[in-house]
Amino acid sequence: MSDSPAIVHEADHHEHPAYLRHHFESVEQQADTTNFAMWLFLLTEVMFFGGLFTAYLIYRNWYYQAFVAGSHQLSILWGTLNTGVLISSSFTMAMGVWCAETRRRQGLVLSLVITFVLGLVFLGIKSIEYSEKIEKHHVPGFHYSLQSFLDPDSDEAAKAAGDKPLPLDVARHTEVYFSLYFAMTGMHALHMIIGIAILGYMIFRAQAGAYTTGHVTFVENFGLYWHFVDIIWIFLFPLLYLISRHA
Amino acid sequence: MSEHKEPEHQDEHEHHIVSPMVYLTIVVILLIGTGLTVGASYLELGIFNPIVALAIAVIKATLVVLFFMHVKYSTKLTKLTVGAGIFTFITLVSMTLADYISRAWGKW
Amino acid sequence: MSSTIVSLPDQSTARIPKVNYLTKENGLLSWLLTGDHKRIAILYLISITFFFFIGGALAGLIRLELLTPQADLMATDTYNKVFTMHGVIMIFFFLVPSVPATLGNFLIPLMIGAKDLALPKINLLSWYLYLAGGTLALYTMMTGGVDTGWTFTTPLSTHYLNTNVLTTGLAVFIAGFSSIFTGLNFIVTIHKMRCPGMTWFRLPLFVWAHYAASILMVLGTPVLAIAIVLVALERTIGIGVFDPTKGGDPLLFQHLFWFYSHPAVYIMILPGMGVISETISTFSRKRVFGYTAVAFSSVAIAVFGFFVWAHHMFIMGISNYAMLVFSLLTMLVAVPSAIKIFNWTFTLYKGSITFETPMLYSFGFMGLFTIGGLTGVFLGTSGTDIHLTETYFIVAHFHFVMVGGMLMAFLAGIHFWWPKMTGRMYPEKISQLAAVVTFIGFNFTFFPQFILGTLGMPRRYAAYPPEFQILNVFSTAGASILGVGYLLPVIYLVWSLKYGEIAGSNPWQATGLEWQIQSPPLTENFVVTPIMDHEAYDYDWLEKKKEKEVVTSVG
Repeated sequence: MSDSPAIVHEADHHEHPAYLRHHFESVEQQADTTNFAMWLFLLTEVMFFGGLFTAYLIYRNWYYQAFVAGSHQLSILWGTLNTGVLISSSFTMAMGVWCAETRRRQGLVLSLVITFVLGLVFLGIKSIEYSEKIEKHHVPGFHYSLQSFLDPDSDEAAKAAGDKPLPLDVARHTEVYFSLYFAMTGMHALHMIIGIAILGYMIFRAQAGAYTTGHVTFVENFGLYWHFVDIIWIFLFPLLYLISRHA
Repeated sequence: MSEHKEPEHQDEHEHHIVSPMVYLTIVVILLIGTGLTVGASYLELGIFNPIVALAIAVIKATLVVLFFMHVKYSTKLTKLTVGAGIFTFITLVSMTLADYISRAWGKW
Repeated sequence: MSSTIVSLPDQSTARIPKVNYLTKENGLLSWLLTGDHKRIAILYLISITFFFFIGGALAGLIRLELLTPQADLMATDTYNKVFTMHGVIMIFFFLVPSVPATLGNFLIPLMIGAKDLALPKINLLSWYLYLAGGTLALYTMMTGGVDTGWTFTTPLSTHYLNTNVLTTGLAVFIAGFSSIFTGLNFIVTIHKMRCPGMTWFRLPLFVWAHYAASILMVLGTPVLAIAIVLVALERTIGIGVFDPTKGGDPLLFQHLFWFYSHPAVYIMILPGMGVISETISTFSRKRVFGYTAVAFSSVAIAVFGFFVWAHHMFIMGISNYAMLVFSLLTMLVAVPSAIKIFNWTFTLYKGSITFETPMLYSFGFMGLFTIGGLTGVFLGTSGTDIHLTETYFIVAHFHFVMVGGMLMAFLAGIHFWWPKMTGRMYPEKISQLAAVVTFIGFNFTFFPQFILGTLGMPRRYAAYPPEFQILNVFSTAGASILGVGYLLPVIYLVWSLKYGEIAGSNPWQATGLEWQIQSPPLTENFVVTPIMDHEAYDYDWLEKKKEKEVVTSVG
């Protein structure tokens, strides 16, 4: 039993790669630590979106009819397609992590590129959807228009869904629906943009072989972020698009 | 006792590599789930519509967390961390709703 | 009281070690781009002191206005801005980062035997985010301020004001991320970077306290962030989530805001409690009574702290059922805090107590925090809260816990670890005087406010009925004494940097890894990785070690 904490023992440097930071004892500790840090960061994201989900839950229950009418304005086609795109990009990202772990440089680059492209496709579809909303004056604020809800026959989406005209006070609550739609999908899209930007950086580094020599933590941790953004969408899709599609 | 601090658990990232077949299986299930949830929204299930939709979403999310994010193969600490996040989120939602539900009993 | 545990090296031969974290590198960039947690802690110390005095000046303005019943020193709108900025700056730019970002940053790696925090670059980023938020807050002040109260209550903040709500909101948002990253760093560090032998239950209670506070920072702050984002969207494009005319509910903002802001008060107090555990133990020469209870109570405070937020909203329109639930849960959250007070008291019992400055502040903490905490129970009881809320009783309550509690703990910590951070002792007599002056000034300032509150004086009012004047004058007089009490440490601590006695590695004869290395520490903290082989607060181990006299300083 020693009395002093300052026992002199040899610091054995069995491996000391360039990427091992000096305050870590080993590569395992560094990888473990950064992985845990990324999970904690994702927790903050859960709580951040959590506030929006809370607001959604409350207002959907208060204004169910308005939410149904609002959600009929969204295109099932685009929404489902986007969901498929994002899920597939999660698959390609997971494959990318596998390639990094098994030191397949070209495989990694390919996976990252496909993930990148799928991300862009998602954003492209989103911008198509957003521009539709803007055209129809469904963006909350000064130019918000109630016409699609007061007179559904004048609006093809509402007509196709078989909507009945809403009373004025109910129609006005569709603005709350769209507020949440834009806040939630907008925040999600912002996270996608950041993710795609980082992906772009990663593709260059992957091409240079930075992630296929045993140091995979960056790819792994980014993968966690990407999957998280996918999970948010997995919830957004049914909550916003699929409130009630039955007659 | 002259060794470096060992991580308190097995490091899984180097030693357990999830196979692409697992990923493929999961992504197929997720896509099927997406189709299911779209289909279910066209059915008249009354109170069960939102329940079914959320249940499918939760299952999908769980699969992503367990397999794509490797939590199934991760340490207890990682699992605890995920649990803590879910717990806090549920606290936020349920206790806020406790106020809203009880404001006008019966009109909710 | 001439007994003291201070044990300094022979002043005629003692020198500050030539190589230490302060001297290792020179030049502005070596500070501005540092990854060294100790340098970052010093950077934070300077910044938060700066913001403290700005918040303090605003407090001075408030007290000056309240000398007279009329709103004669400033217009009521201006008064609103003054108390808002006082609150915003004191809470977000002083109290929340105070102990964690300064003492926590400095000490946690030392206490666990690590070379640095897990993520040094994130640590530096935290500081820059803090500065960015602080600069924005200052900019807000210079361009007309904001007058919503630090609570940004909707719909006032979203629809009825033209002041700088957005910029202040952005400042707080950015500062929030500073806090999140600090907390994230601490959690990761405490889990993953402990030296061999440093099990969880050998950690100093200071570390446990910071761990609990960090959980709150990571899980709570993002909800504040989204609340601010929603207010910003409401103000700019009018989305309608908080607007009754569009079907929104203003109370939703308060739910989201207080979901963070209640845990925030525990973010503020827990690190201070961690300091008190260390000082009480050292100055009673006794291990903390009920270590496990104190450790678990820190975590319990963190967990329960998430369940009680609507006790800030009892009169705002929540349902009676919610009032009941939150009031009951609030009673629960008082228990772990009380457990700590009991345990510290039992630590003192039969200890060898000495009255150095950190101990004076610690005694002040114990008394004032207890009073503040007890009045919190009155406020948590919904029946009494209806009458006391939005009065000066609330103001007195939170100043007792935050200023009488937290700020005293912060000063206790600064004094206690000053020798470790700088290598020098502060002058004992004047510091003891400052502690006593602070205590007296504090009580004169804030105790009358309890009475004012029960008599019915509302908070956030520049004008009040004349019968309240005498108590207000008392309070302002106390505030001037308090101001002196806070100015003194700045003066003598800066003085001590050049003229203070050389402290040596362990002037307090304290246990804890940070005291077994030189003062100031080396940049890499430890020459060799320590191996922890004794329990926390093991004074027997310390005795045996002194007999062996292992020299550990360099230079």
